[in-house]
Amino acid sequence: MEHRLSFKEYNEALKQNKLLGLKCNECGTITAPPKITCGECASTDMDVVELSGKGEIQTFTTVFVPAEGREAEAPYIIVLVQLDEGPWIMGNLTGIEPDKATMEIMGKRVKMGHAVFAGDKYSAGDGARPLFSFEA
Amino acid sequence: MRRVAVIGVGMTKFSGKQDKTCVELFAEAAMDAISESNLKPRDIQALFMGNVLGDFSEGQGQPQVFAADYIGAFNIPANKYENACASASAAARDAFIWVASGFYDIVLAGGTETASKMGTPLATRTFAMGSDSRYEYPAGITFPGVFAMLTHLYAKKHGIPLEKLKRQMAQVSINSHHYGALNPKAHFQKEITMDKVLDGFMVCQPLQLLDCCPFSDGASAIVLASEEAARKLTDKPVYIAGVGQASAGNLLSQKDYLPRIRSRELSAKQAYDMAGLSPKDIDVCELHDCFSIATIIALEGLGFFEFGKASEAVETGQTKIGGKIAVNPSGGLKAKGHPIGATGTAQVYDIVKQLRAECGERQVEGARVGMTDTLGGDGGTIVNLILKRGW
Ligand SMILES: [Zn+2]
Repeated sequence: MEHRLSFKEYNEALKQNKLLGLKCNECGTITAPPKITCGECASTDMDVVELSGKGEIQTFTTVFVPAEGREAEAPYIIVLVQLDEGPWIMGNLTGIEPDKATMEIMGKRVKMGHAVFAGDKYSAGDGARPLFSFEA
Repeated sequence: MRRVAVIGVGMTKFSGKQDKTCVELFAEAAMDAISESNLKPRDIQALFMGNVLGDFSEGQGQPQVFAADYIGAFNIPANKYENACASASAAARDAFIWVASGFYDIVLAGGTETASKMGTPLATRTFAMGSDSRYEYPAGITFPGVFAMLTHLYAKKHGIPLEKLKRQMAQVSINSHHYGALNPKAHFQKEITMDKVLDGFMVCQPLQLLDCCPFSDGASAIVLASEEAARKLTDKPVYIAGVGQASAGNLLSQKDYLPRIRSRELSAKQAYDMAGLSPKDIDVCELHDCFSIATIIALEGLGFFEFGKASEAVETGQTKIGGKIAVNPSGGLKAKGHPIGATGTAQVYDIVKQLRAECGERQVEGARVGMTDTLGGDGGTIVNLILKRGW
């Protein structure tokens, strides 16, 4: 069966700063990042929608010990953000010194930009991810 | 379904970098388990082995077939299980199902890993492969990072100040090292102090070095037999009374259920229901303490404490031997060590030793029922086994 929204399409859109998701025509849930069925009810009846990229930080960490090949990026902040449309998404956070981040940032509103992991010898190509910053 | 017993167990010492290969380590554990079962390698009908990173650590694919041949279990079917850190538990559960079904009478399950060999950067990279490579890894996720985020969620959800939670988490590691110091097979056999935990370097805010389990090398193996075969081979069969397993998608898909792990709650319920038991019936539990906070989350998901109450329970000694539930008297992943593909059946090894009352100074007096809990990835796999004395 065909994908409504593949990783490649999602990834290319994110590189254009567009966050795509799938809206379920049966239960109304938005699934993002994409899956071949609705993340809530497993329906295949979904349409591609563009999401606002805005939401609220649910949790975070600052990574000081990164994986092989990511050393130059550390320290960096990872956030889980609940988007206004419902899904949770993983990205990074800019606009605050990584080693100054505390639980105070949880619940803060953020908007989305993006950054691209160029890929390594294991990853079969690059992968964009949201790079969030605080809403003014 | 037939009743199935564990009739023999073996494990290598867990350690840092080993000169032995993952196949050699597995063979040591397997030969001990087979000989304890009063069997010969040719009596084994199938081998189910957990191994995650043999290809990265040694350039070794399908170690299970080489292991079967190496121990003299010539030409038997041999399968590898890769469920990240829960690999050996998934292998053991499937071995149980095949014996319970009547297809096999005697199966060897186990696991092996040489993760320490890889060094921290490559080990961190390959462990992170247990996360979602498309939708999590680009943000630079690591396993300490996953549990660091769960720590912040836990603190906020339950209104526990982070400084207080951190001291309670440190107590988890202190307890593990206390028991590890009494376990000759443990990777770390030394006590640690609160100050030492809180002085460690930061790995992923707020997890410091001693909140994290080590990368270890080691192997473990267990022999499973039908009740009929077990009765002929041993007078101390340990029956597998209940099993459970569940899966989950990436961390972000688990959304506001976090920091609870739904796959654990589903898996544990399967195991309890099958055994006809409840959390209060468990005398000793080897649970997946890959990070200090992981113990607290597991204690609640397994039903030993109410949600939001486990960190206080650790602080007040309720998870030590003599407390409400004896947790990780082996030293757990933190001190006994975590050679990921071998961890699940190493937990079974320790529960079997407890039920046989062979644990010396760290023995849980009168233990009759034990449980294992193994987590793979960010909740991607959970396996639970409940074991009972058969005598
Ligand atoms: Zn739906």
